[in-house]
Amino acid sequence: MSTVLIVKDLWVKYFTSSGVINAVSGVSFSLSRGEMLAVVGESGSGKSTLGYALLNMVPKPGRIVKGEILLDGVNILKLSEEELRKIRGSKISIVFQDPFTTLDPLRKIRDQFMEFLMEHGIDKNNALKIAREYIEAVGLTERVLDSYPHQLSGGQKQRVSIAMAISLNPSVVVADEPTTALDVVVQKQIMDLISDIKRRYSSSFILITHDLALALERADSVMVMYGGYVMEMANKNELAKNMAHPYTKALFESLPRIKQRTLPKYLTGYPPDLRNPPPGCIFHPRCPFASEKCRIMKPELVEISKGHFVACHFAR
Amino acid sequence: MVMDFEIGLFGRKRRIRAVDNVSLGIGRGEIYGLVGESGSGKSTIGRITLRLYKPTSGKVFFDGRDITNLSENRLRELRRKMQLIPQDPYSAINPAQTIGEALAEPLIVHEKMSRLEALEKAYKALEEVGLVPPDEFIKRRPYELSGGQLQRVVIARAMLLGPSYVVADEPTSNLDASIRASIIKLLLDFKNRYNLSMLFITHDIALISLIANRIGVLYLGQLVEEGPAEKVVSSPLHPYTKALLTATPLASEELEIEKIYLKGEIGDPSNPPKGCRLHPRCPFALEKCRSLEPPTINVGGNRFVKCWLYS
Amino acid sequence: MSFALILKNPYIASGLAIVLIFVAFALFADVIAPYSPIDAAGPPLQPPNKLFVMGTDNLGRDMFSRIVYGSRIVLMIVAMSISLSGFIGSILGLVSGYIGGVLDKVLSFVMDSIYAFPSLILAIALSVALGPSPVNAAIAIAVVYVPTYFRMLRGHVISIKNEGYIEMAKALGLPTTRIILRHILPHVLKTLMIVFSMNSADAILTEAGLSFIGLTVQPPTPDWGFDLYKGRGFVLAGAWWLMAFPGLCITLLAFGFALISEGVSRIVGVRLR
Repeated sequence: MSTVLIVKDLWVKYFTSSGVINAVSGVSFSLSRGEMLAVVGESGSGKSTLGYALLNMVPKPGRIVKGEILLDGVNILKLSEEELRKIRGSKISIVFQDPFTTLDPLRKIRDQFMEFLMEHGIDKNNALKIAREYIEAVGLTERVLDSYPHQLSGGQKQRVSIAMAISLNPSVVVADEPTTALDVVVQKQIMDLISDIKRRYSSSFILITHDLALALERADSVMVMYGGYVMEMANKNELAKNMAHPYTKALFESLPRIKQRTLPKYLTGYPPDLRNPPPGCIFHPRCPFASEKCRIMKPELVEISKGHFVACHFAR
Repeated sequence: MVMDFEIGLFGRKRRIRAVDNVSLGIGRGEIYGLVGESGSGKSTIGRITLRLYKPTSGKVFFDGRDITNLSENRLRELRRKMQLIPQDPYSAINPAQTIGEALAEPLIVHEKMSRLEALEKAYKALEEVGLVPPDEFIKRRPYELSGGQLQRVVIARAMLLGPSYVVADEPTSNLDASIRASIIKLLLDFKNRYNLSMLFITHDIALISLIANRIGVLYLGQLVEEGPAEKVVSSPLHPYTKALLTATPLASEELEIEKIYLKGEIGDPSNPPKGCRLHPRCPFALEKCRSLEPPTINVGGNRFVKCWLYS
Repeated sequence: MSFALILKNPYIASGLAIVLIFVAFALFADVIAPYSPIDAAGPPLQPPNKLFVMGTDNLGRDMFSRIVYGSRIVLMIVAMSISLSGFIGSILGLVSGYIGGVLDKVLSFVMDSIYAFPSLILAIALSVALGPSPVNAAIAIAVVYVPTYFRMLRGHVISIKNEGYIEMAKALGLPTTRIILRHILPHVLKTLMIVFSMNSADAILTEAGLSFIGLTVQPPTPDWGFDLYKGRGFVLAGAWWLMAFPGLCITLLAFGFALISEGVSRIVGVRLR
């Protein structure tokens, strides 16, 4: 299994007038060809910032202050703006929660799609062929090419975004909450499509989501983030069986389980202030097992079994 | 029944029939879960029960009283008894107000309290919803609080006037998953304490099954299934209900239900399909379904389905 | 919004400086003006010199004194008119925007009609109809600018009207007056400030236009616009100072307000982000 993406010790901060926000702190992971990694987190976890960082497009006043992102062996943080523009969309692409960000409301789908392809050096004839091919691949008819975004439904727009994102056969597709704005039945359709594409084209996916249930259902491996740090990372089956981090467990227990007939559990407290994070383990103020050690010392990410990493003093 | 909404109503202007002939009733101390996706009309129904919108046709009864055509002035008195908890706490409070001001305002207006008295009540309210110490929050502005904290403030404010009926419109959908249950618990505590009647609007059928007494499933403005919460979820009747449960991660594994997959999408509320509104997507669609709208069939046990398969 | 912050803004500081000079003229005219503005003080048509810094007019009156006293009229008319139009236009805009319906349709139609007229022409027409006097001129100018406030505030109200907290205020049973005054007006205040300051600059020029035609004051009351008009006849004979100074003051005062309005929109604009 070849590795397509390696992230080493990534730190991203936002330099605002009210302080420095530590959005991503020391995140490392690797992604193999054809693998789907789900990055799971709630508000303030840093998952979205991580997504932007992977394309080196963290919005101002944010900046990647440390770390390496090796895409197919190339550190994209060292590339020029020109080189970056070339690889965005072709080597690594992104699908957003809200397709409005990707789709121009004033132009037909065909024009946008072809312009995107031609910007990456495809000639006009081939661009049309590719556009047709991928619109069909995502389960849409050619009629969609003649439409404007507002004439399409949410699910259709998202399929178009996905089509464009995979049309140049990128090594990695970052999907940032791709189904959150869609209803649950369409969500299933879109996730089925993504699984299908992953299989057919061996594309690697990074699925950014707040929904642990979705991650466990669809991803190959899961990385749980909190307050900018990685709390736990493992292969999906291993995680489902041996959840080790208290936060992961809390997230899992907060899912409504019909059979249980009781309200799910919940965490007390609030997400950390990233300008002024608590000392020690970032999760300790809300952790039911927090001890003195947790308040003072930050836990390292330790491999407790093959491929299963946890950042907790008590994980065994 | 103390509260009986008999709403046979249609949508508002713009010729979009957001809600088509929906009738539902909520008893005292009952939680009615209204489940639907966006475009189903669930938020519209919620607001109609509060008379924030006026139904195009049909009636709304509150506490035995017909409030369908009451003037705004008469309604204002009644509003103390019926409150709304909206989805986004950040738009529910005027960003220019402090938390204290937001809480004090309804008391000053309705109870004619002085600012001092109202603020005292506001302190107590904050304690009631777990925002302690209250001093920490009274002077803050909405954007300074987290989503969960702010939603507690919204709930506190709604409870201040002692309502008997609360519409919770997706109250936890914008909040982190790990704290959703704490907000639900807060609502349930209030509900039990004051014997509130609640209309809980959501798209999450798994969640609502754990809270509601009764569930109504809404599709494109119509109630397609209605019944006791447990029954609707463990033995769903309508294909749409089944599809919702199938598509909800984890739920489909837990329940022993027939797995249904719908193709396509919910469609345009301004131009719904003829006959049964689900027919273009339904794997069981009969010839009948394409042209004739199914009636609402009483299948016993206080359960209703709007589907030709049950006639 | 601290005052320090406001005054540090270069636009506001410079604009305010200019405007305050003329305000000082108006308030302390008796002290500042060396001569009486209506009695002859020296030989007619004297160019600016040590005795008469802005020269004298054809009746031997000191131009500088006329300028100083003239600022009273100008500022009074402008202050009256923008207060009037601001007050009436804003209230109508707020109510019309919030309540909507037939009221809104009728008012919008009326306001759009007024707005469609070139401001000066309308002001002139109204002034003539009401009869030339400073108060009537103020009223005429006020009417011309009411639609500006109306539109701005109405537009703003309509955009806020659908915010969640307005719906919540209704759900909480708060009375309409309170909703408009406590929940809508504060947000709209910023827009109001911008319009107010822009309006002032405009009003100066409209006032000058009216007084140029003699619709504001009667001679011998000093008035910049009217002096500008009178000066026309003598400029060709070489008495440039008869037009230059009144013209300069009109321009300067308008410019001062324009600077203030630029500063205000920057401050408010930045904060809105």
